Amino acid sequence: MMTSDEDLATAAAAGDGAAFASLLDRHYDRLFAFCFRITGSRSEAEDLTQDICAALPAKLGSYQRRAKVTTWLYRVAVNAAHDRRRKRTSYAKATTGWGDWEVNRNAANEDTATKMDWLTAAMGQLSDDLRDTLALVLDDMTHAQAAEVLGVSEGTISWRISEAKKALRTFKQEEDMV
Amino acid sequence: MTDDLNDLKAIMDQATPSPDTARRAENIALAQKNFNDLQGSRQDVRPTAVTGPKGLWTGVKTMLNTTMIFATSKGGLTATTALVACGFLVLTPQGQDLLRPPSAPQITMTEFDSTTMQPRLENGPMTAEELSRSEIIQEAPSGAEGQILLGPLETPTEDLDFTDRSDAAPRVLPQLRDDAVVPQMQEAEIVESLPEVRSRMTENNLSAPLASPATTGTTAPEVDAERETVVPPSSSATFGQLSSGGLYPSSEQQTPSTELQEAETIRVPGTDVLDLIDDALGVAEPDTEAFPQADNNPLKITADDPVSTFSIDVDTAAYAVVRSSLSRGQLPPAAAVRIEELMNYFPYDYPAPDAGEAPFRPTVTTFQTPWNADTQLVHIALQGQMPEIAERPPLNLVFLIDTSGSMDDPTKLPLLKQSFRLMLDQLRPEDQVAIVEYAGSAGEVLAPTNASERTTILQAIQSLGAGGSTNGQGGLEQAYSVAETMRADGEVNRVILATDGDFNVGLNNPDALKDFIADKRDTGTYLSVLGFGHGNLDDATMQALAQNGNGTAAYIDTLSEAQKVLVDQLSGALFPIAGDVKVQVEFNPAQVAEYRLIGYETRALNREDFNNDTVDAGELGAGHAVTAIYEVTPVGSPAQLSDPLRYAPNTVAATSDELGFLKLRYKEPGDAVSQLIETPITGSSIPGTEANFAAAIAGFGQLLRDEAYLGDWGYDQAIALANANRGDDAFGYRTEAVQLMRLAQSLSR
Repeated sequence: MMTSDEDLATAAAAGDGAAFASLLDRHYDRLFAFCFRITGSRSEAEDLTQDICAALPAKLGSYQRRAKVTTWLYRVAVNAAHDRRRKRTSYAKATTGWGDWEVNRNAANEDTATKMDWLTAAMGQLSDDLRDTLALVLDDMTHAQAAEVLGVSEGTISWRISEAKKALRTFKQEEDMV
Repeated sequence: MTDDLNDLKAIMDQATPSPDTARRAENIALAQKNFNDLQGSRQDVRPTAVTGPKGLWTGVKTMLNTTMIFATSKGGLTATTALVACGFLVLTPQGQDLLRPPSAPQITMTEFDSTTMQPRLENGPMTAEELSRSEIIQEAPSGAEGQILLGPLETPTEDLDFTDRSDAAPRVLPQLRDDAVVPQMQEAEIVESLPEVRSRMTENNLSAPLASPATTGTTAPEVDAERETVVPPSSSATFGQLSSGGLYPSSEQQTPSTELQEAETIRVPGTDVLDLIDDALGVAEPDTEAFPQADNNPLKITADDPVSTFSIDVDTAAYAVVRSSLSRGQLPPAAAVRIEELMNYFPYDYPAPDAGEAPFRPTVTTFQTPWNADTQLVHIALQGQMPEIAERPPLNLVFLIDTSGSMDDPTKLPLLKQSFRLMLDQLRPEDQVAIVEYAGSAGEVLAPTNASERTTILQAIQSLGAGGSTNGQGGLEQAYSVAETMRADGEVNRVILATDGDFNVGLNNPDALKDFIADKRDTGTYLSVLGFGHGNLDDATMQALAQNGNGTAAYIDTLSEAQKVLVDQLSGALFPIAGDVKVQVEFNPAQVAEYRLIGYETRALNREDFNNDTVDAGELGAGHAVTAIYEVTPVGSPAQLSDPLRYAPNTVAATSDELGFLKLRYKEPGDAVSQLIETPITGSSIPGTEANFAAAIAGFGQLLRDEAYLGDWGYDQAIALANANRGDDAFGYRTEAVQLMRLAQSLSR
C-alpha cells in the first residue's frame, strides 16, 4: 500500500509535514541526478538542489493534482536552474559546470578525451534550452512529458532534440578531426 | 530514443554522481524547515495537522527564529517586526477578514514565480507597503489566531530576543477577542497601524533603532481607535505575571473558562481542561496536533480504587485517522489512537436484546489475556437493538456544510458531495433534507425538501462550491433554526456538520459554544460531525462538538468510508436508542488485585457522576455495538505489578467468587431519568470470535500507542489473533484492519 506521489504532494500542499518529508526523500536522488545533468558539476548540482529544496515548500501551493509529481518537480528544477543561470550572468560567466567547459577546453585543449570529457564537452556545446531538453529526455521522459515540464509544445521538444543531436554530431566530427 | 542518445544516456548515467549524503540531509532539513515556516504562516486557516509532530506554533516560532537569522540588517529587523505586527493584526476579527485569502490552499504562487522565496532572504529594506501587500498575506495570514492565542507566554527579556517579542502577541488577545464590533478596517489602516506596532516593539524590546518605519497611507480618524484596540496600553502590564517558557497560558488566562471544567464528558483534570478550551475555541494546542491529549489509563489497585466509571463512545473517527496515516506510510501520533474508537469501528455479532427488553444487552466475558498469560481480560459488550427499519420515525436532516476555501480539495467537498449522494438513496420519501452552507455568507442552499424530490436535492448538492471565508456561527445558528422549522412530533431532528475542521465557529466564548450546542441538544436537535480531508482536521474540536451534541464524530477519508458511515451504518448514526449510557464497574478486591481500562481515556467519568442524571454521556445508536475491555490481574497472580502493603490492613474477606459487578445506566431517548442494568462479572470462560477480535484490536491500539503492558507480544501475534477471528466480515472491515496491522508492523521496524 504505497501512497502515490500525487497523494503525498496533495497532502503536503495541505500542510502535512510528514507527507512532504516522505515525498522529498523519495525524489531527492532523482532530483539531484537531474540537477547534475543540467549543470554538469557536482557542486553546482548540490547548490541547485539546495535552491530547489529551499523553495519547494512555497512552490507546493502551485502543485495541481492533474500533473504528475515528477513532471511538476522537474519544472520546478528547470525554473530554479534558469534563475541560477540568470543570477550568474549578472556576476560573470559561469565558472563551473558544463558551461565553463569551453573555457577549460580552450585553455587546455590537450586534455585526454575520455568519455567523461567528451560528455562534458558535448553538453557544454549545447545551449541551455537544448541541454535542459536533453537532460529530460535522457531521464527517460517522453517528448510529451518534457514538453509539459518545459511548457513548450511537443514539436518544439522534438525539434530541440534533433538540434541537439545535430550539434553533438558536428561536435563529434570536430573532435574526430582534432 | 535513437542510438546516439542511448550512448549518451549510458555515458550520462555513468557520469552522474550520487548526491553527497551530508548535503542531502542538509538540503532536506532546509526544505523541511521552510515547509514548517510556511505552515506557520499558512496554517492560519488550518490550525492543525493530522500527522507530524510539528504544530503550528512550532512553525510560527521557527519562522520567527529563522527570520532572525536573516535579520541582521535593518531591513531584516523591519521585516521581523512587521511580521509580529501582522500577528497583532490578524488577531482582530477585522484583520482576519481582510487578510484571509479567498481560497486558502491556493496560495498564489506559480512555479514560474521565482521570486516567491526572496522576500525572506532579501537584505534590502522593505517598505511597509511591500510587507502589507505580499508578505503579510503569505507569511502571517489570518487564522494564526489559534496558535498565537494559546502559544507560549514568555516574559520578554531585555536581551533583544525576537522570539520573546513574538510571544508578546498572545497577551493582547484576550482583550481583542471580545471586541467584535469595531468597524471594518480599511486597507490603509492596516498599513498605517504597522509602524505603530513596530514602534511599540522598539520601545519595549529593542535598543537598536529599527529601519525607518514607512508611513504610507493616510491617518484616518478611526485609525487611532483601531490602534488602541490593536495594542492596548494595559497589555504590557500583564507581562510580568506570565510564566516564562510555559507552554500553556497561566491560570489567569483560564479563568474566563472555568465553567468549562464542568463539561460533562471530559472529567480528566489538568491539561485536559485546557484541551477542552482549545476544542471549544477551535484552535490547536500550542505545540502539537489537535488530538485530545490524555494519558493512558493507569493501572489501578483494586484495594485502593475499586470503582471505574466511564461513558460509552461510539465515535469511529480515530480508526479512519489511523488508517489514513498508515496508508500514507506514517505511524499515527499516539494521541490520535483512541483505542475505544478502534474497537468500536467494527460491527460485532454480539447477542442482541430480545424485544421488550432494555434497548441494549450487555454481555460480559472473561478470558485469558492474549499478551499476558497471568492476567485476564474482562470484555464488556453492549449490543443495541435494531429497531424495525420499516417503523423508523421520519428523519429531518439539516446538512451544515463548510464551503470555506479550504474545502476546495478533492478529498473534501467533492468527496462530501459523493458521500451525500450515497446517503440520499438511504432516505425515505417522507424524510426531509435541508442544506445550509457556511462560508462567507451563511445561507440556506436548500429549503426543507422531501427526500422524494431527488433531483432538487442533487442539484442543490451539486451547486455547492468552495470559496470565501468562514462564518461558522451564522451557519450553525441558521442550521438549527432551519431544524426548528422542520420539527414535528415523533420525528428525529439532526444537524449534520460536514467540515475539514477548519472552522472558526464564531462564538467567541467557548462556554457559549458548548451551551449553544447543549441547549439545542436538550431541545431534541442533535449534532453529528463528519470530518473530511487531512492536514487540517481538528479532531479534538470535532470530538468536543459531537460529544456535546449527542452525536457521533466520524472521519471520512474515502468513498468506502462514506459508504460505511452514511449507508451501512446510517441508522445507527441517526437514531439514538439509548442516551447518556454510562458504565461503572466495581472490582472485587478479593479476586482482582489490579485492573486497567484499555482506552476510553477521554471518556472517564467521576464515580459520583454515574448516578447523576444531569451528567452527559455517550449515546447508543440503533444497532450499535460498544466494546470495552479491562485487563485485570487476579489476586496472587505473578503478573501483579504492585506489592502488597506491609502496614495497611490487608485482609480482604473472600466473600464472593465474582470478579466484579457491572452497572450500566442509560436513558430512553427523550427521558430525563436514567435506568439501571446490573450484572455480576464472573470467572473465566472461552472467548468467542468477536471478543478475540476486539482483543486483537485493543492490542493493536496499544502497540500503536507504544504502551508498556504488552511485553513481547507484538504485531505478529496481533495479526495472527485478528486473522483467526475475522468471522463473517461481510463488509471487509476486519480484513482491512489486518492489512493496516501489517502496514504498521513494517513501518514500526
